[in-house]
Amino acid sequence: MDKNVKLPGTPYSSDDFKKGKIPYVEDVPKARYTWSAGIAMSRFLEELKNGRIVARKCHECGRVYVPPRMFCSYCFRPTDEWVYVKDTGRVNTAVVSYIGADRGKLGEPLVVAVIELDGASEGMGILHKLGNVDPEDVKNRKVFNMRVRAVWKKPEEREGAITDILYFEPIE
Amino acid sequence: MGRDVAIIGIGSTNYTPMTTEYSYKELMFEAALKAYEDAGINPRKELDALVTAAEDFWEGVSIFDEYIPDQMGAVLKPALTVSGDGLWGIIHGYMLVKTGYFDIVAVEAHSKASDIDNIMDVWRIALDPHYHRPIVDNVHMFAGLEMMRFMEEYNVSREALSMIVVKNRYNALYNPMAPYGTKTDIETVSNSEVVSYPLRKMDISEYSDGATVVVLASREVAEKYDKEPIWIEGVGWISDSPNIEEWDLACPSHVVLAASMAYSQANIDNPFKEIDLAEVDDRYSYREFQSLVALDLTNGYMMDELVFEGVISPSGELPVNPSGGYLGMGYPLEAGGLVKLYNAVVQLRGEAGPMQVGDVEKAVVMTRREFPSPSSAVVVLGR
Repeated sequence: MDKNVKLPGTPYSSDDFKKGKIPYVEDVPKARYTWSAGIAMSRFLEELKNGRIVARKCHECGRVYVPPRMFCSYCFRPTDEWVYVKDTGRVNTAVVSYIGADRGKLGEPLVVAVIELDGASEGMGILHKLGNVDPEDVKNRKVFNMRVRAVWKKPEEREGAITDILYFEPIE
Repeated sequence: MGRDVAIIGIGSTNYTPMTTEYSYKELMFEAALKAYEDAGINPRKELDALVTAAEDFWEGVSIFDEYIPDQMGAVLKPALTVSGDGLWGIIHGYMLVKTGYFDIVAVEAHSKASDIDNIMDVWRIALDPHYHRPIVDNVHMFAGLEMMRFMEEYNVSREALSMIVVKNRYNALYNPMAPYGTKTDIETVSNSEVVSYPLRKMDISEYSDGATVVVLASREVAEKYDKEPIWIEGVGWISDSPNIEEWDLACPSHVVLAASMAYSQANIDNPFKEIDLAEVDDRYSYREFQSLVALDLTNGYMMDELVFEGVISPSGELPVNPSGGYLGMGYPLEAGGLVKLYNAVVQLRGEAGPMQVGDVEKAVVMTRREFPSPSSAVVVLGR
Protein backbone atom coordinates (compact mmCIF):
# COMPACT_ATOMS: atom_id res chain seq x y z
CA MET A 1 0.00 0.00 0.00
CA ASP A 2 1.20 3.49 -0.75
CA LYS A 3 2.26 4.92 2.62
CA ASN A 4 1.65 8.47 1.40
CA VAL A 5 -2.07 7.89 1.04
CA LYS A 6 -3.85 9.06 4.15
CA LEU A 7 -6.82 6.82 4.89
CA PRO A 8 -9.58 7.67 7.35
CA GLY A 9 -9.93 5.57 10.53
CA THR A 10 -7.45 3.95 12.91
CA PRO A 11 -4.57 2.04 11.32
CA TYR A 12 -3.84 -1.49 12.64
CA SER A 13 -0.78 -3.62 12.18
CA SER A 14 -0.32 -7.28 13.09
CA ASP A 15 2.17 -6.09 15.69
CA ASP A 16 -0.62 -4.28 17.51
CA PHE A 17 -2.36 -7.62 18.04
CA LYS A 18 0.84 -9.27 19.28
CA LYS A 19 1.46 -6.44 21.69
CA GLY A 20 -2.08 -6.71 23.08
CA LYS A 21 -3.05 -3.20 21.96
CA ILE A 22 -6.21 -4.55 20.37
CA PRO A 23 -8.48 -6.68 22.54
CA TYR A 24 -9.33 -10.06 21.06
CA VAL A 25 -10.03 -13.62 22.15
CA GLU A 26 -8.31 -16.54 20.53
CA ASP A 27 -9.75 -20.03 20.63
CA VAL A 28 -9.20 -23.14 18.55
CA PRO A 29 -12.23 -25.37 18.01
CA LYS A 30 -11.46 -29.00 18.77
CA ALA A 31 -13.55 -31.60 16.97
CA ARG A 32 -12.38 -35.10 16.16
CA TYR A 33 -14.31 -37.86 14.44
CA THR A 34 -13.93 -41.55 13.70
CA TRP A 35 -16.50 -42.12 10.97
CA SER A 36 -18.01 -45.56 10.61
CA ALA A 37 -17.46 -46.39 6.99
CA GLY A 38 -20.42 -48.75 6.91
CA ILE A 39 -20.97 -51.80 4.75
CA ALA A 40 -20.35 -50.33 1.30
CA MET A 41 -17.40 -48.08 2.01
CA SER A 42 -15.68 -50.62 4.27
CA ARG A 43 -15.61 -53.19 1.50
CA PHE A 44 -14.50 -50.56 -1.02
CA LEU A 45 -11.59 -49.47 1.17
CA GLU A 46 -10.62 -53.07 1.97
CA GLU A 47 -10.58 -53.93 -1.72
CA LEU A 48 -8.31 -50.97 -2.47
CA LYS A 49 -5.74 -52.75 -0.30
CA ASN A 50 -6.07 -55.67 -2.73
CA GLY A 51 -5.57 -53.37 -5.70
CA ARG A 52 -9.18 -53.76 -6.81
CA ILE A 53 -12.08 -51.37 -7.24
CA VAL A 54 -15.38 -52.86 -6.07
CA ALA A 55 -18.83 -51.62 -6.99
CA ARG A 56 -22.49 -52.47 -6.25
CA LYS A 57 -24.99 -53.31 -8.93
CA CYS A 58 -28.73 -52.67 -8.93
CA HIS A 59 -30.55 -55.46 -10.78
CA GLU A 60 -33.58 -53.29 -11.43
CA CYS A 61 -31.98 -50.46 -13.40
CA GLY A 62 -28.64 -52.18 -14.03
CA ARG A 63 -26.61 -49.30 -12.62
CA VAL A 64 -23.16 -50.18 -11.33
CA TYR A 65 -22.33 -47.83 -8.47
CA VAL A 66 -18.75 -46.92 -7.80
CA PRO A 67 -17.88 -46.05 -5.10
CA PRO A 68 -20.39 -48.69 -4.01
CA ARG A 69 -23.57 -47.96 -2.07
CA MET A 70 -26.01 -50.35 -0.47
CA PHE A 71 -28.99 -48.54 -1.99
CA CYS A 72 -29.92 -47.55 -5.51
CA SER A 73 -30.49 -43.81 -5.45
CA TYR A 74 -32.66 -43.93 -8.54
CA CYS A 75 -34.83 -47.00 -7.89
CA PHE A 76 -34.79 -46.50 -4.10
CA ARG A 77 -34.23 -50.12 -3.20
CA PRO A 78 -31.25 -52.06 -1.86
CA THR A 79 -28.52 -52.79 -4.42
CA ASP A 80 -28.08 -56.48 -5.15
CA GLU A 81 -24.57 -57.53 -5.98
CA TRP A 82 -20.87 -56.78 -5.52
CA VAL A 83 -19.04 -56.45 -8.84
CA TYR A 84 -15.51 -55.41 -9.71
CA VAL A 85 -14.85 -52.63 -12.16
CA LYS A 86 -11.56 -52.05 -13.96
CA ASP A 87 -8.89 -49.65 -12.80
CA THR A 88 -8.89 -48.10 -16.24
CA GLY A 89 -11.20 -45.47 -17.64
CA ARG A 90 -11.70 -42.29 -19.53
CA VAL A 91 -11.30 -38.67 -18.48
CA ASN A 92 -14.58 -36.78 -18.30
CA THR A 93 -13.06 -33.48 -17.22
CA ALA A 94 -9.85 -32.22 -15.64
CA VAL A 95 -8.43 -29.20 -13.87
CA VAL A 96 -4.95 -27.82 -13.35
CA SER A 97 -4.33 -26.21 -10.00
CA TYR A 98 -1.35 -23.96 -9.36
CA ILE A 99 -2.28 -23.18 -5.76
CA GLY A 100 -2.68 -25.33 -2.64
CA ALA A 101 -5.35 -25.29 0.06
CA ASP A 102 -3.76 -22.22 1.69
CA ARG A 103 -3.56 -20.46 -1.69
CA GLY A 104 0.22 -20.83 -1.64
CA LYS A 105 1.87 -21.54 -4.99
CA LEU A 106 2.44 -25.24 -5.65
CA GLY A 107 5.87 -26.33 -6.84
CA GLU A 108 4.36 -28.57 -9.49
CA PRO A 109 0.86 -27.92 -10.80
CA LEU A 110 -1.70 -30.49 -9.67
CA VAL A 111 -3.91 -32.14 -12.28
CA VAL A 112 -7.15 -33.65 -11.01
CA ALA A 113 -9.76 -35.40 -13.12
CA VAL A 114 -13.20 -36.94 -13.04
CA ILE A 115 -12.63 -40.41 -14.44
CA GLU A 116 -15.36 -42.72 -15.71
CA LEU A 117 -14.21 -46.23 -14.90
CA ASP A 118 -14.53 -49.14 -17.29
CA GLY A 119 -17.29 -51.43 -16.13
CA ALA A 120 -19.16 -48.77 -14.15
CA SER A 121 -22.33 -47.14 -15.41
CA GLU A 122 -22.08 -43.96 -17.39
CA GLY A 123 -21.44 -41.08 -15.07
CA MET A 124 -20.03 -43.32 -12.32
CA GLY A 125 -16.40 -43.24 -11.47
CA ILE A 126 -13.75 -41.65 -9.39
CA LEU A 127 -12.27 -38.24 -8.71
CA HIS A 128 -8.50 -38.61 -8.64
CA LYS A 129 -5.15 -37.11 -9.57
CA LEU A 130 -3.65 -37.44 -13.02
CA GLY A 131 0.06 -38.17 -13.27
CA ASN A 132 2.37 -37.94 -16.25
CA VAL A 133 -0.11 -35.64 -17.97
CA ASP A 134 1.23 -32.38 -19.30
CA PRO A 135 -0.91 -29.48 -17.96
CA GLU A 136 -0.80 -28.16 -21.51
CA ASP A 137 -2.85 -31.19 -22.56
CA VAL A 138 -5.57 -30.05 -20.19
CA LYS A 139 -5.43 -26.50 -21.53
CA ASN A 140 -5.54 -27.62 -25.16
CA ARG A 141 -8.35 -30.08 -24.32
CA LYS A 142 -6.47 -33.19 -25.42
CA VAL A 143 -7.30 -34.54 -21.98
CA PHE A 144 -10.97 -35.10 -22.87
CA ASN A 145 -11.66 -38.80 -23.31
CA MET A 146 -8.04 -39.59 -22.56
CA ARG A 147 -7.68 -43.28 -21.62
CA VAL A 148 -6.08 -43.66 -18.20
CA ARG A 149 -5.03 -46.40 -15.78
CA ALA A 150 -4.56 -46.40 -11.98
CA VAL A 151 -1.03 -46.39 -10.63
CA TRP A 152 -1.17 -48.17 -7.28
CA LYS A 153 0.99 -47.95 -4.20
CA LYS A 154 3.07 -51.06 -3.52
CA PRO A 155 0.86 -53.69 -1.83
CA GLU A 156 2.73 -53.45 1.48
CA GLU A 157 2.22 -49.67 1.58
CA ARG A 158 -1.54 -49.71 1.01
CA GLU A 159 -3.73 -48.80 3.95
CA GLY A 160 -7.30 -49.04 2.71
CA ALA A 161 -7.66 -45.45 1.57
CA ILE A 162 -8.41 -43.71 -1.70
CA THR A 163 -4.74 -42.71 -1.74
CA ASP A 164 -3.79 -46.38 -2.23
CA ILE A 165 -4.14 -45.28 -5.84
CA LEU A 166 -1.36 -42.75 -6.33
CA TYR A 167 -2.81 -41.29 -9.52
CA PHE A 168 -4.14 -42.24 -12.95
CA GLU A 169 -1.81 -42.02 -15.93
CA PRO A 170 -2.37 -42.13 -19.67
CA ILE A 171 -2.48 -45.56 -21.29
CA GLU A 172 0.05 -45.52 -24.11
CA MET B 1 -55.16 -21.32 7.80
CA GLY B 2 -53.86 -23.06 4.70
CA ARG B 3 -54.46 -26.72 4.21
CA ASP B 4 -54.29 -29.49 6.79
CA VAL B 5 -51.09 -31.48 7.14
CA ALA B 6 -50.96 -35.12 8.20
CA ILE B 7 -48.30 -37.62 9.14
CA ILE B 8 -48.84 -40.56 6.79
CA GLY B 9 -45.70 -42.59 7.42
CA ILE B 10 -43.03 -43.18 10.04
CA GLY B 11 -39.89 -45.28 9.97
CA SER B 12 -36.95 -45.69 12.26
CA THR B 13 -33.92 -47.75 13.01
CA ASN B 14 -33.50 -48.90 16.56
CA TYR B 15 -31.43 -46.56 18.70
CA THR B 16 -28.22 -47.94 20.15
CA PRO B 17 -25.12 -46.60 21.90
CA MET B 18 -22.92 -47.45 18.90
CA THR B 19 -23.47 -48.27 15.24
CA THR B 20 -19.97 -48.96 14.01
CA GLU B 21 -21.25 -51.42 11.41
CA TYR B 22 -23.30 -48.88 9.44
CA SER B 23 -22.57 -45.52 7.86
CA TYR B 24 -25.02 -42.71 8.57
CA LYS B 25 -26.22 -43.09 4.98
CA GLU B 26 -27.07 -46.74 5.56
CA LEU B 27 -28.95 -45.85 8.75
CA MET B 28 -30.90 -43.14 6.92
CA PHE B 29 -31.76 -45.59 4.13
CA GLU B 30 -33.17 -48.15 6.57
CA ALA B 31 -35.35 -45.54 8.27
CA ALA B 32 -36.47 -44.09 4.93
CA LEU B 33 -37.31 -47.48 3.46
CA LYS B 34 -39.52 -48.23 6.48
CA ALA B 35 -41.19 -44.81 6.45
CA TYR B 36 -42.03 -44.91 2.74
CA GLU B 37 -43.34 -48.47 3.10
CA ASP B 38 -45.43 -47.36 6.09
CA ALA B 39 -46.81 -44.47 4.04
CA GLY B 40 -47.29 -46.68 1.01
CA ILE B 41 -45.48 -44.31 -1.34
CA ASN B 42 -42.75 -44.65 -3.94
CA PRO B 43 -40.45 -41.73 -3.13
CA ARG B 44 -38.98 -41.60 -6.63
CA LYS B 45 -42.43 -40.90 -8.05
CA GLU B 46 -44.34 -39.27 -5.23
CA LEU B 47 -41.91 -37.48 -2.92
CA ASP B 48 -42.04 -33.72 -3.53
CA ALA B 49 -39.37 -32.50 -1.12
CA LEU B 50 -37.00 -33.59 1.63
CA VAL B 51 -36.10 -31.82 4.86
CA THR B 52 -33.35 -33.07 7.14
CA ALA B 53 -32.37 -31.70 10.51
CA ALA B 54 -28.63 -31.89 10.96
CA GLU B 55 -25.75 -29.95 12.42
CA ASP B 56 -22.45 -29.82 10.57
CA PHE B 57 -20.39 -30.10 13.75
CA TRP B 58 -22.08 -33.37 14.69
CA GLU B 59 -21.42 -34.76 11.23
CA GLY B 60 -17.84 -33.51 10.97
CA VAL B 61 -18.68 -32.30 7.46
CA SER B 62 -19.64 -28.75 6.62
CA ILE B 63 -22.47 -27.97 4.21
CA PHE B 64 -23.91 -31.34 5.22
CA ASP B 65 -27.08 -30.89 3.16
CA GLU B 66 -25.18 -32.01 0.06
CA TYR B 67 -24.96 -35.56 1.46
CA ILE B 68 -28.66 -36.19 2.08
CA PRO B 69 -30.50 -36.98 -1.19
CA ASP B 70 -29.10 -40.37 -2.31
CA GLN B 71 -30.19 -42.52 0.58
CA MET B 72 -33.55 -40.74 0.90
CA GLY B 73 -34.86 -41.26 -2.63
CA ALA B 74 -34.51 -37.51 -3.12
CA VAL B 75 -31.90 -37.22 -5.87
CA LEU B 76 -32.76 -34.28 -8.13
CA LYS B 77 -35.60 -33.19 -5.87
CA PRO B 78 -36.00 -30.10 -3.69
CA ALA B 79 -34.11 -30.70 -0.44
CA LEU B 80 -32.95 -28.59 2.45
CA THR B 81 -31.30 -29.02 5.82
CA VAL B 82 -32.44 -27.30 8.97
CA SER B 83 -29.61 -26.77 11.40
CA GLY B 84 -31.67 -27.76 14.41
CA ASP B 85 -33.54 -30.55 16.16
CA GLY B 86 -35.79 -32.85 14.13
CA LEU B 87 -38.92 -31.15 15.40
CA TRP B 88 -37.80 -27.95 13.62
CA GLY B 89 -37.46 -30.19 10.56
CA ILE B 90 -41.10 -31.29 11.00
CA ILE B 91 -42.19 -27.68 11.29
CA HIS B 92 -40.36 -26.76 8.08
CA GLY B 93 -41.86 -29.75 6.27
CA TYR B 94 -45.28 -28.77 7.60
CA MET B 95 -44.84 -25.27 6.23
CA LEU B 96 -43.79 -26.62 2.83
CA VAL B 97 -47.01 -28.64 2.61
CA LYS B 98 -48.99 -25.62 3.84
CA THR B 99 -47.75 -23.55 0.90
CA GLY B 100 -49.71 -25.74 -1.49
CA TYR B 101 -46.69 -26.38 -3.70
CA PHE B 102 -45.68 -29.68 -2.06
CA ASP B 103 -48.03 -32.60 -1.39
CA ILE B 104 -45.64 -35.13 0.14
CA VAL B 105 -42.58 -34.12 2.14
CA ALA B 106 -40.19 -36.39 4.05
CA VAL B 107 -38.41 -35.23 7.21
CA GLU B 108 -35.28 -36.99 8.41
CA ALA B 109 -32.91 -36.71 11.35
CA HIS B 110 -30.24 -39.02 12.66
CA SER B 111 -27.49 -39.34 15.20
CA LYS B 112 -24.01 -40.73 14.82
CA ALA B 113 -22.94 -39.45 18.22
CA SER B 114 -20.63 -42.45 18.56
CA ASP B 115 -18.57 -41.20 15.60
CA ILE B 116 -17.58 -38.10 17.56
CA ASP B 117 -14.39 -38.75 19.51
CA ASN B 118 -14.60 -35.72 21.80
CA ILE B 119 -18.24 -34.74 22.02
CA MET B 120 -17.82 -32.47 25.06
CA ASP B 121 -15.29 -30.40 23.09
CA VAL B 122 -17.81 -30.07 20.26
CA TRP B 123 -20.46 -28.91 22.75
CA ARG B 124 -17.92 -26.39 24.00
CA ILE B 125 -17.69 -24.82 20.53
CA ALA B 126 -21.35 -23.85 20.95
CA LEU B 127 -20.52 -21.66 23.95
CA ASP B 128 -19.99 -17.95 23.46
CA PRO B 129 -16.26 -17.62 22.75
CA HIS B 130 -15.81 -14.27 24.44
CA TYR B 131 -17.92 -14.47 27.55
CA HIS B 132 -18.57 -18.09 28.39
CA ARG B 133 -15.80 -20.33 27.06
CA PRO B 134 -13.20 -18.80 29.37
CA ILE B 135 -15.50 -19.41 32.38
CA VAL B 136 -17.43 -22.62 31.71
CA ASP B 137 -15.80 -25.57 30.06
CA ASN B 138 -18.69 -27.98 29.89
CA VAL B 139 -22.32 -27.57 28.93
CA HIS B 140 -23.56 -29.70 31.81
CA MET B 141 -22.64 -26.73 34.02
CA PHE B 142 -25.38 -24.79 32.22
CA ALA B 143 -27.76 -27.59 33.13
CA GLY B 144 -26.57 -27.49 36.73
CA LEU B 145 -27.29 -23.76 36.88
CA GLU B 146 -30.76 -24.24 35.45
CA MET B 147 -31.48 -27.26 37.64
CA MET B 148 -30.48 -25.38 40.81
CA ARG B 149 -32.78 -22.46 40.03
CA PHE B 150 -35.62 -24.77 39.04
CA MET B 151 -35.35 -26.91 42.17
CA GLU B 152 -35.33 -23.76 44.30
CA GLU B 153 -38.39 -22.17 42.72
CA TYR B 154 -40.47 -25.31 42.32
CA ASN B 155 -39.47 -27.04 45.52
CA VAL B 156 -38.40 -30.32 43.92
CA SER B 157 -36.87 -33.06 46.03
CA ARG B 158 -33.78 -35.00 45.00
CA GLU B 159 -35.88 -38.16 45.28
CA ALA B 160 -38.45 -36.89 42.79
CA LEU B 161 -35.71 -36.17 40.25
CA SER B 162 -34.30 -39.65 40.72
CA MET B 163 -37.78 -41.09 40.34
CA ILE B 164 -38.04 -39.50 36.87
CA VAL B 165 -34.94 -41.45 35.89
CA VAL B 166 -36.32 -44.64 37.45
CA LYS B 167 -39.65 -44.18 35.62
CA ASN B 168 -38.24 -43.38 32.19
CA ARG B 169 -35.62 -46.09 32.20
CA TYR B 170 -38.26 -48.58 33.30
CA ASN B 171 -40.61 -47.41 30.54
CA ALA B 172 -37.80 -48.00 28.06
CA LEU B 173 -37.85 -51.71 28.93
CA TYR B 174 -41.12 -51.88 26.99
CA ASN B 175 -39.79 -49.93 24.00
CA PRO B 176 -38.06 -52.16 21.45
CA MET B 177 -36.16 -49.19 19.97
CA ALA B 178 -34.71 -48.05 23.32
CA PRO B 179 -31.27 -49.16 24.49
CA TYR B 180 -31.20 -47.86 28.07
CA GLY B 181 -34.15 -49.67 29.64
CA THR B 182 -33.43 -50.96 33.12
CA LYS B 183 -34.88 -51.37 36.58
CA THR B 184 -33.06 -48.99 38.84
CA ASP B 185 -33.98 -47.29 42.10
CA ILE B 186 -33.98 -43.86 43.70
CA GLU B 187 -30.97 -44.59 45.86
CA THR B 188 -28.80 -45.65 42.93
CA VAL B 189 -29.69 -42.55 40.92
CA SER B 190 -29.32 -40.20 43.88
CA ASN B 191 -25.90 -41.59 44.70
CA SER B 192 -24.53 -41.70 41.18
CA GLU B 193 -21.40 -39.66 40.56
CA VAL B 194 -21.72 -35.87 40.77
CA VAL B 195 -21.05 -34.21 37.41
CA SER B 196 -21.92 -30.56 38.07
CA TYR B 197 -23.72 -30.35 41.40
CA PRO B 198 -26.66 -30.80 41.69
CA LEU B 199 -26.47 -32.77 38.45
CA ARG B 200 -25.44 -36.40 38.78
CA LYS B 201 -24.37 -38.86 36.14
CA MET B 202 -27.71 -40.68 36.02
CA ASP B 203 -29.61 -37.39 35.70
CA ILE B 204 -28.03 -37.02 32.25
CA SER B 205 -29.26 -38.96 29.23
CA GLU B 206 -26.61 -41.06 27.51
CA TYR B 207 -26.12 -40.64 23.77
CA SER B 208 -27.56 -42.95 21.15
CA ASP B 209 -27.21 -43.50 17.39
CA GLY B 210 -30.01 -44.08 14.91
CA ALA B 211 -32.15 -42.50 12.20
CA THR B 212 -35.84 -41.64 11.96
CA VAL B 213 -37.97 -40.52 9.02
CA VAL B 214 -41.46 -39.04 9.00
CA VAL B 215 -43.60 -38.57 5.88
CA LEU B 216 -45.97 -35.59 5.76
CA ALA B 217 -48.80 -35.03 3.31
CA SER B 218 -51.64 -32.66 2.56
CA ARG B 219 -55.18 -33.67 3.52
CA GLU B 220 -56.08 -34.35 -0.13
CA VAL B 221 -53.24 -36.84 -0.43
CA ALA B 222 -53.50 -38.29 3.07
CA GLU B 223 -57.11 -39.26 2.55
CA LYS B 224 -56.22 -41.38 -0.46
CA TYR B 225 -54.23 -43.79 1.70
CA ASP B 226 -55.52 -46.59 3.90
CA LYS B 227 -53.45 -45.64 6.90
CA GLU B 228 -55.17 -43.48 9.46
CA PRO B 229 -53.56 -40.05 9.17
CA ILE B 230 -52.24 -38.35 12.28
CA TRP B 231 -52.83 -34.61 12.02
CA ILE B 232 -50.38 -31.88 12.89
CA GLU B 233 -52.79 -29.56 14.69
CA GLY B 234 -50.38 -26.95 15.94
CA VAL B 235 -46.71 -26.03 15.84
CA GLY B 236 -44.63 -23.50 17.73
CA TRP B 237 -40.98 -22.67 17.98
CA ILE B 238 -39.24 -19.88 19.84
CA SER B 239 -35.69 -18.69 20.44
CA ASP B 240 -34.67 -16.63 23.47
CA SER B 241 -31.68 -14.30 23.76
CA PRO B 242 -28.39 -16.25 23.76
CA ASN B 243 -27.36 -14.78 27.11
CA ILE B 244 -27.97 -17.18 29.99
CA GLU B 245 -28.01 -14.16 32.28
CA GLU B 246 -31.28 -13.05 30.67
CA TRP B 247 -33.16 -16.34 30.77
CA ASP B 248 -35.91 -17.37 33.10
CA LEU B 249 -33.94 -20.32 34.38
CA ALA B 250 -36.79 -21.84 36.35
CA CYS B 251 -39.51 -21.74 33.71
CA PRO B 252 -38.04 -21.15 30.24
CA SER B 253 -39.95 -18.43 28.39
CA HIS B 254 -39.19 -19.96 24.99
CA VAL B 255 -41.02 -23.16 25.92
CA VAL B 256 -43.98 -21.23 27.36
CA LEU B 257 -44.30 -19.18 24.16
CA ALA B 258 -43.72 -22.10 21.77
CA ALA B 259 -46.43 -24.02 23.63
CA SER B 260 -48.86 -21.14 23.53
CA MET B 261 -48.27 -20.76 19.78
CA ALA B 262 -48.93 -24.46 19.17
CA TYR B 263 -51.90 -24.67 21.58
CA SER B 264 -53.63 -21.68 20.04
CA GLN B 265 -53.37 -23.18 16.54
CA ALA B 266 -54.69 -26.48 17.90
CA ASN B 267 -57.50 -24.71 19.82
CA ILE B 268 -56.35 -26.14 23.11
CA ASP B 269 -57.57 -24.18 26.14
CA ASN B 270 -56.86 -26.63 28.93
CA PRO B 271 -53.78 -28.62 27.95
CA PHE B 272 -53.81 -31.01 30.92
CA LYS B 273 -57.42 -32.00 30.24
CA GLU B 274 -57.22 -32.15 26.48
CA ILE B 275 -53.86 -33.83 25.98
CA ASP B 276 -53.61 -37.58 26.50
CA LEU B 277 -49.88 -38.07 26.08
CA ALA B 278 -46.75 -35.95 26.34
CA GLU B 279 -43.36 -36.77 24.86
CA VAL B 280 -41.25 -33.94 26.26
CA ASP B 281 -37.65 -33.00 26.75
CA ASP B 282 -35.90 -35.05 29.44
CA ARG B 283 -32.28 -34.60 28.39
CA TYR B 284 -31.73 -34.12 32.12
CA SER B 285 -33.99 -35.54 34.84
CA TYR B 286 -35.19 -32.12 36.05
CA ARG B 287 -36.10 -31.19 32.48
CA GLU B 288 -39.13 -33.47 32.46
CA PHE B 289 -40.66 -31.48 35.31
CA GLN B 290 -39.51 -28.18 33.86
CA SER B 291 -41.01 -29.05 30.46
CA LEU B 292 -44.35 -29.91 32.09
CA VAL B 293 -44.39 -26.63 33.99
CA ALA B 294 -43.62 -24.59 30.87
CA LEU B 295 -46.13 -26.58 28.81
CA ASP B 296 -48.82 -25.90 31.44
CA LEU B 297 -49.26 -29.63 32.02
CA THR B 298 -49.02 -29.87 35.82
CA ASN B 299 -52.68 -29.23 36.68
CA GLY B 300 -51.63 -27.66 39.96
CA TYR B 301 -49.76 -30.72 41.18
CA MET B 302 -46.46 -30.26 42.96
CA MET B 303 -43.47 -31.80 41.14
CA ASP B 304 -43.10 -34.56 43.70
CA GLU B 305 -46.79 -35.42 43.43
CA LEU B 306 -46.59 -35.70 39.65
CA VAL B 307 -44.12 -38.53 39.82
CA PHE B 308 -44.81 -40.16 43.20
CA GLU B 309 -48.57 -40.24 42.79
CA GLY B 310 -48.20 -41.72 39.33
CA VAL B 311 -49.84 -38.79 37.51
CA ILE B 312 -47.23 -38.99 34.72
CA SER B 313 -46.70 -42.75 34.70
CA PRO B 314 -47.92 -44.75 31.67
CA SER B 315 -51.17 -45.56 33.48
CA GLY B 316 -51.55 -42.08 35.00
CA GLU B 317 -53.76 -39.11 34.16
CA LEU B 318 -51.13 -37.79 31.75
CA PRO B 319 -48.55 -40.33 30.61
CA VAL B 320 -45.24 -38.53 30.07
CA ASN B 321 -42.44 -40.11 28.06
CA PRO B 322 -43.86 -43.65 28.06
CA SER B 323 -41.28 -44.30 25.34
CA GLY B 324 -38.59 -43.94 27.98
CA GLY B 325 -37.70 -40.45 26.77
CA TYR B 326 -34.10 -39.49 26.24
CA LEU B 327 -33.22 -41.09 29.57
CA GLY B 328 -34.38 -44.44 28.25
CA MET B 329 -33.85 -44.14 24.48
CA GLY B 330 -30.67 -42.12 24.68
CA TYR B 331 -30.19 -38.58 23.50
CA PRO B 332 -29.78 -38.83 19.73
CA LEU B 333 -28.67 -35.24 19.08
CA GLU B 334 -30.82 -33.66 16.34
CA ALA B 335 -32.90 -36.84 15.96
CA GLY B 336 -34.32 -36.26 19.46
CA GLY B 337 -37.52 -34.51 18.39
CA LEU B 338 -38.24 -37.01 15.63
CA VAL B 339 -37.80 -39.97 17.96
CA LYS B 340 -40.25 -38.43 20.39
CA LEU B 341 -42.68 -37.65 17.57
CA TYR B 342 -42.34 -41.20 16.22
CA ASN B 343 -43.28 -42.60 19.61
CA ALA B 344 -46.22 -40.23 19.93
CA VAL B 345 -47.53 -41.29 16.49
CA VAL B 346 -47.25 -44.96 17.44
CA GLN B 347 -49.39 -44.22 20.53
CA LEU B 348 -51.96 -42.19 18.56
CA ARG B 349 -52.31 -45.04 16.10
CA GLY B 350 -52.75 -47.49 18.95
CA GLU B 351 -49.77 -49.49 17.67
CA ALA B 352 -47.52 -49.17 20.70
CA GLY B 353 -47.95 -52.75 21.87
CA PRO B 354 -46.84 -53.19 25.49
CA MET B 355 -46.03 -49.46 25.60
CA GLN B 356 -49.58 -48.44 24.68
CA VAL B 357 -50.98 -46.09 27.31
CA GLY B 358 -54.63 -46.45 26.36
CA ASP B 359 -56.65 -44.47 23.88
CA VAL B 360 -54.69 -41.41 22.75
CA GLU B 361 -56.60 -38.72 20.87
CA LYS B 362 -54.18 -35.84 21.30
CA ALA B 363 -50.48 -35.72 22.04
CA VAL B 364 -47.91 -33.00 22.55
CA VAL B 365 -44.28 -33.35 21.57
CA MET B 366 -41.68 -30.89 22.81
CA THR B 367 -37.93 -30.64 22.48
CA ARG B 368 -35.25 -28.11 23.09
CA ARG B 369 -32.20 -27.57 21.02
CA GLU B 370 -29.66 -28.19 23.68
CA PHE B 371 -27.45 -25.86 25.66
CA PRO B 372 -26.36 -23.29 25.17
CA SER B 373 -29.26 -22.66 22.77
CA PRO B 374 -32.35 -21.33 24.57
CA SER B 375 -34.80 -22.56 21.95
CA SER B 376 -37.62 -25.03 21.86
CA ALA B 377 -40.20 -26.51 19.53
CA VAL B 378 -43.68 -27.83 20.28
CA VAL B 379 -45.96 -29.88 18.04
CA VAL B 380 -49.54 -30.89 18.85
CA LEU B 381 -50.76 -34.06 17.15
CA GLY B 382 -54.28 -35.42 16.91
CA ARG B 383 -56.27 -38.19 15.33
